[in-house]
Amino acid sequence: MNHDQSFTNQEFKIVGTRPPRPDGVDKVTGRARYGADVSAPGQLVGLILRSPHAHAKIKKIDTSKAEKLPGVKAVITSADLPDLTKGDRSQLDILENCMARGRALYDGHAVAAVAAVDAETARKALKLIKVDYQVLPHVTDVDEAMKPGAPIVQPHVRTVGVNPAPTKASNVSQRTEFGHGDVEAGFKRADVIVERSYKTEQTHQGYIEPHACLASVGPDGQGELWVTTQGHFTFRNVCASLLGMDVAKLKVTSSEIGGGFGGKTHVWMEPVALALSRKANRPVKVVMTREEVFRATGPTCSTSIDVKIGATKDGRITAARAELRYQDGAFPSIWGMLGAMTSFACYDLENVKAIGYDVLVNRPKVAAYRAPSAPMAAFAVESTIDQVAVQIGMDPVDFRIKNAAKEGTRASYGPTYGPIGIGPTLLAAKNHPHMKAPLHKNQGRGMACGFWFNFGGQTCTDLNIGVDGTVSLTVGTVDVGGSRASLSLIAAEELGIPYEKVKCTVADTASLGHNDTTEGSRGTFSSGMATIYAARDAIRVLKERAAKQWEIDVADVTWRNGRAVALKAEHGNLSELTLEELAAASPRTGGPIAGHNEVVADGAGVSFATHICDVEVDPETGYTKVIRYTVIQDAGKAIHPDYVEGQFQGAAAQGIGWALNEEYVYGKDGRLQNPGFLDYRIPVCSDLPFIDTQILEIPNPGHPYGVRGVGETSIVPPLAAIANAVSNAAGVRLTHIPMSPPRILNAIKNGNGKSHAA
Amino acid sequence: MIEVQLSASLREFAGGAASVAVEATTVRELLRKLVERYPRMQKRFDEGIAVSINGEIFRDDRAQRIPEGAEVYLLPRIPGG
Repeated sequence: MNHDQSFTNQEFKIVGTRPPRPDGVDKVTGRARYGADVSAPGQLVGLILRSPHAHAKIKKIDTSKAEKLPGVKAVITSADLPDLTKGDRSQLDILENCMARGRALYDGHAVAAVAAVDAETARKALKLIKVDYQVLPHVTDVDEAMKPGAPIVQPHVRTVGVNPAPTKASNVSQRTEFGHGDVEAGFKRADVIVERSYKTEQTHQGYIEPHACLASVGPDGQGELWVTTQGHFTFRNVCASLLGMDVAKLKVTSSEIGGGFGGKTHVWMEPVALALSRKANRPVKVVMTREEVFRATGPTCSTSIDVKIGATKDGRITAARAELRYQDGAFPSIWGMLGAMTSFACYDLENVKAIGYDVLVNRPKVAAYRAPSAPMAAFAVESTIDQVAVQIGMDPVDFRIKNAAKEGTRASYGPTYGPIGIGPTLLAAKNHPHMKAPLHKNQGRGMACGFWFNFGGQTCTDLNIGVDGTVSLTVGTVDVGGSRASLSLIAAEELGIPYEKVKCTVADTASLGHNDTTEGSRGTFSSGMATIYAARDAIRVLKERAAKQWEIDVADVTWRNGRAVALKAEHGNLSELTLEELAAASPRTGGPIAGHNEVVADGAGVSFATHICDVEVDPETGYTKVIRYTVIQDAGKAIHPDYVEGQFQGAAAQGIGWALNEEYVYGKDGRLQNPGFLDYRIPVCSDLPFIDTQILEIPNPGHPYGVRGVGETSIVPPLAAIANAVSNAAGVRLTHIPMSPPRILNAIKNGNGKSHAA
Repeated sequence: MIEVQLSASLREFAGGAASVAVEATTVRELLRKLVERYPRMQKRFDEGIAVSINGEIFRDDRAQRIPEGAEVYLLPRIPGG
């Protein structure tokens, strides 16, 4: 099988059209089955007891009374989840996050779980579990956690990336550094230098569907898990490993997913549900409440960032430096590193340095959130870029165009870029009617750029042709944003048949080889690539069958417009054979016709976006209304433009909520104060303008169709674009996200400097 | 011979060097020879590594060929959302 990923610039007949998605009717009629929508005979209700303390030693857990309660079938603690990780600390961290092991590390950390015949009994049982806590000092703020003398969250952690290697425990799990050139020399050449500090608060992805699963493990060691997830193959591998099960004996089926955005790439309560089922010998269903989702799944980081940028009066950046402090929750991760890698990726910089710190605090383990870490870094950098532009008297768009990265630029994180789309998105912004629309009193306009890596990964796809010529496309990447429609378009394009003849299904883990999680904007990129190859594999078989029917050499057969065609003049009397005809004859020409492919879809191209935003700020109340918003992003090739635009709009909407409203609020006791949608306010329709979109198509040379991932990049610019707009409207520089009314009023009252430029 | 650029988090395993020269024609050979020379790098590779070849990032494809004179960067493996 030829796995040449090179872009071929082929002309499309179906790709690029906008047919309805195959899962649409089910979703609008309520037939779609999500995580909580399946049941099993004899099913129990699983509930989890959670720590009310931000940090506490668990001296003793007494489950005896709960176990004696009629209707309770299993009670588990960490003793029922033994450490099978063989010294793999990252795996042990996952297990410990699922169930506390001796210490509760954050408010909401699971400490025990029950399975009972109904919810009422399970709730009673939770109340009968007695946990003897010794409350320990806690820390929830990233800057406080870095100070000497701060409570230590993980005593085994030593800071990685500093020399000499430290011997004492620290909340800084990692220091990383990226960049090149001589930033100090660069700053000396600058005519203008802007240096500023920023903060962003912790937000949750806010997916509407809470985590839910139905777990069933039998005494024979075989199990099944129905779960809302972005990666059921990864869930299978992780759960099997943590529970000591054989991978092949745990079948995981992904439900329809009501949003994930990175939050459903990790296991949370799924190993607990499996352990309960194993102990009870009954199926166990666990459905998180919204409060549990907020307290005990993975939000994004809060951050504290310093940025310094210098430029000459003619608009050339001479040096840029950032120090980025990201809190990772209670377990080490690499979010600060990612912030450092992405911070200056939009620009062509001779001298640049970005230092990232990953910091532990007593908050839930941080998970990915759409282009993880990049939005906060972009907020700080793009806010500073705007201030430099104002100080040198240059239009912010022109300033960015002059300094934008391009093909041949050495990226701030190291490598040299191939063909990229930052310049074209900026030019499109400059020429967009939005930039010329008039503004009125108390209104301001802002713009900003964003970058994300994108990636591919392991992918496996089957394509089976039915006896009537319709096509079953079976993929293993969970459909989080319309990929079943996009992949069906690709199969139809390759086979030369109508879109309606293809049915795409996401298979369970027993039906396909491993597929990596749908993350990193990889679904359409990687499964699209595997679909192209699987379809071409099926076409190879179809040509062989035609050759058999015609009794000619297969080399004399080609595939054109959904038909086998005999090529040579000597075969001129042979009528073309349609897919339907070949499928109908298949039982007598060799049996079922199928195509198959497994691929490691590397070569995902990086992606850039530029956003424009208009806001109106009420100076009396600090309330901000977004009145116009435009997203311009490079998609490489938009397979299904509706769903590309949907990704752009959805990411912008989430960014608007993040920028203006959303915030984890912790009390002095280290407990989350607002774990619900009443007090943690995500945008609703009335909060949002129509979000206009412009798709640019700068082909990715690493994909046959030129596809780039599109799902994440457009959450990167909104924080900065809105901050620049609010700052322009209010006349003061906003440096703390979210820009809630109290913060805006406070900034206006205190001036934040008379001019928001500096 | 390839001049491999190391991200800061890998330099401590190579005596602080920003780049090292390695004779390798594939990603697999490159990583193997680096570990032979700097055994402590194995742990970092196990945690996740990506290789950028002429600006294109490869996370998994160990068979990927490295052209003579290519720009090669070792980067941390990146998660997504």
